[in-house]
Amino acid sequence: MKFLPLIWAGLWRKRARTLFTLLSIATALLLFGLMQGVSATFDRVVEQANLNRLHVRSRVTVTAPLPIADLAQIERVPGVTGVLYYSQFGAYYRDPKNSFVAIAADPARAVDIYRELVMPESQLEALKRTRTGAAVGAKLAQRYGWRIGDRIPLQSSVAKRDGTKDWVVDVVGIYDDPVLGDLDLLTSAIFLNYPFFDEARVLDRGMVDGFVVRIANPEQAAAVSASIDSLFANSPGETETRSEREYAESRLRQVGDINLFVEAIMGAVFFTLLLLTGNTMMQSVRERIPEFAVLKTLGFTDGGLFALVMAESALLSLAAAALGMAAAAGTYPQLALINGARTAMPPIVIAWGIAAALVLALASGLPPAWRVKRLEVVDALAGR
Amino acid sequence: MSEVVALRHVTKRYRRGKTTVEVIHGLDLGIEAGEFLALMGPSGSGKTTLLNLIGGLDRPNEGEVIVAGERIDRLPGGDLAKWRARHVGFIFQLYNLMPMLSAERNVELPLLLTHLTRAQRRAHVQTVLELVGLGHRGQHRPAELSGGEQQRVAIARALVGDPTLIVCDEPTGDLDRETAGEILSLLQILNREQKKTIIMVTHDPEAAKYASRRLHLDKGLLVDGHGSTAA
Repeated sequence: MKFLPLIWAGLWRKRARTLFTLLSIATALLLFGLMQGVSATFDRVVEQANLNRLHVRSRVTVTAPLPIADLAQIERVPGVTGVLYYSQFGAYYRDPKNSFVAIAADPARAVDIYRELVMPESQLEALKRTRTGAAVGAKLAQRYGWRIGDRIPLQSSVAKRDGTKDWVVDVVGIYDDPVLGDLDLLTSAIFLNYPFFDEARVLDRGMVDGFVVRIANPEQAAAVSASIDSLFANSPGETETRSEREYAESRLRQVGDINLFVEAIMGAVFFTLLLLTGNTMMQSVRERIPEFAVLKTLGFTDGGLFALVMAESALLSLAAAALGMAAAAGTYPQLALINGARTAMPPIVIAWGIAAALVLALASGLPPAWRVKRLEVVDALAGR
Repeated sequence: MSEVVALRHVTKRYRRGKTTVEVIHGLDLGIEAGEFLALMGPSGSGKTTLLNLIGGLDRPNEGEVIVAGERIDRLPGGDLAKWRARHVGFIFQLYNLMPMLSAERNVELPLLLTHLTRAQRRAHVQTVLELVGLGHRGQHRPAELSGGEQQRVAIARALVGDPTLIVCDEPTGDLDRETAGEILSLLQILNREQKKTIIMVTHDPEAAKYASRRLHLDKGLLVDGHGSTAA
């Protein structure tokens, strides 16, 4: 600590230059924090995917429906302990901007498959009893102020047999995911009774968009998936069964390969930053060669001065990292990347930011520190 | 008095490109503790080289350099640096203060290498700043001080570790005559009252008059005898 004033003074020898370098590193780390935060949050969503669940969709295209009759065959596959059939459609409330996903399914099967979703038993019973009943995700209910007992009109592009596209449902239940909270996309969805939906629609009656299958043993996921797909091989409705983790990854991949983006951009940013900081440190040390020579004259050892320059580099990078990561941690929740969820920045991202700053400090500080270490005091004092 | 510096058959050569230049030729020199020695001579005579050898900044190619009872020409780099911190105070022509540090912080620099506490360091710094007449200017940075004041800060920095000897390389070379006189008087007082051994390189005969002994170097040789007292 006693050397801190000396290190600090060296750092601020050229205030404007140090400030600009500090801001450059801080900005890069802000970017790093935000991008790694996105990546880490997406990873968390994937990691939270239930390993006991498989998703069965049409092999042709995800929008191609499958016959509900497949249900019985899937249920008979060894290792399968539950199956949910569902159809989903895009709905909105009053304004097309207020859009969300509506899922038509069997309520009893839905709570059996999605056990992480919590809803009072009485509300589940009401959903089973009420043909026009709907269970609303907590996030969605909060967004539009819906309460139990509300009758809400949902608009959609799905044509009904009565000639309209309006689906009027009664809110009888509100469910939530206590573990993932808003990160669970289902908390922004609404569940309807499948019979109500299927009987009223014009097209694709008796068809479903897919099945969610619960299996007894996650290690048998590949075998069970293969068994299900083999049931419908060479049929008009061939299936593709994937684990929920793969399914989640493929959905997120629709917005691009986040990790690749993050790594490519951050690689370029850090390389540029390394050149910038390295140049700043070299220039700063070059200007202070006579001062380092005087310090050697006073008895500072080669190793001591090497450590002093490295400490200067570390102080610059870490101060900038603290600034950048604090800004990233403050900004990140405002981005509400997943499902509008205001999640805190994962601590691992902050740790990675600090580690990146240390690597930067090491790489940019090493050449000038080495130069100072090797400095010949007599030559330096003579200006040679 | 005991001999604090002893140089025996010291030769120093430098390589300049493809040629080798011998700056000091088999020089013998003894300096007693408490002396104020002026090393004089024209440019290129080897004054600064000799000072660097005595101060442990450079090593001879041949011969022995013994200072404060230690054979410093044989000390490894790290040990030599630590030896300098303990035994030598340096004063330069251009003061060589750290521009971003206050006078106090500049004077404190050699003490950072000791085990003294912050309070002890502060006390030592205040004592020497008062000794050089700058007790009230400790918070000022070099740019806020005159040339003479900056050189006083440099003298305080050289004194603060209570070194065995103080070496000065043209300490008044950048000062006007009046200020130079003040600085030289201060060195003289330090020599007489604090019993500091001072070795000063100068080409100014007026400055040399403040010393108790004067030696002349020319082309790497002492021209008025091997360490003999100058007239």
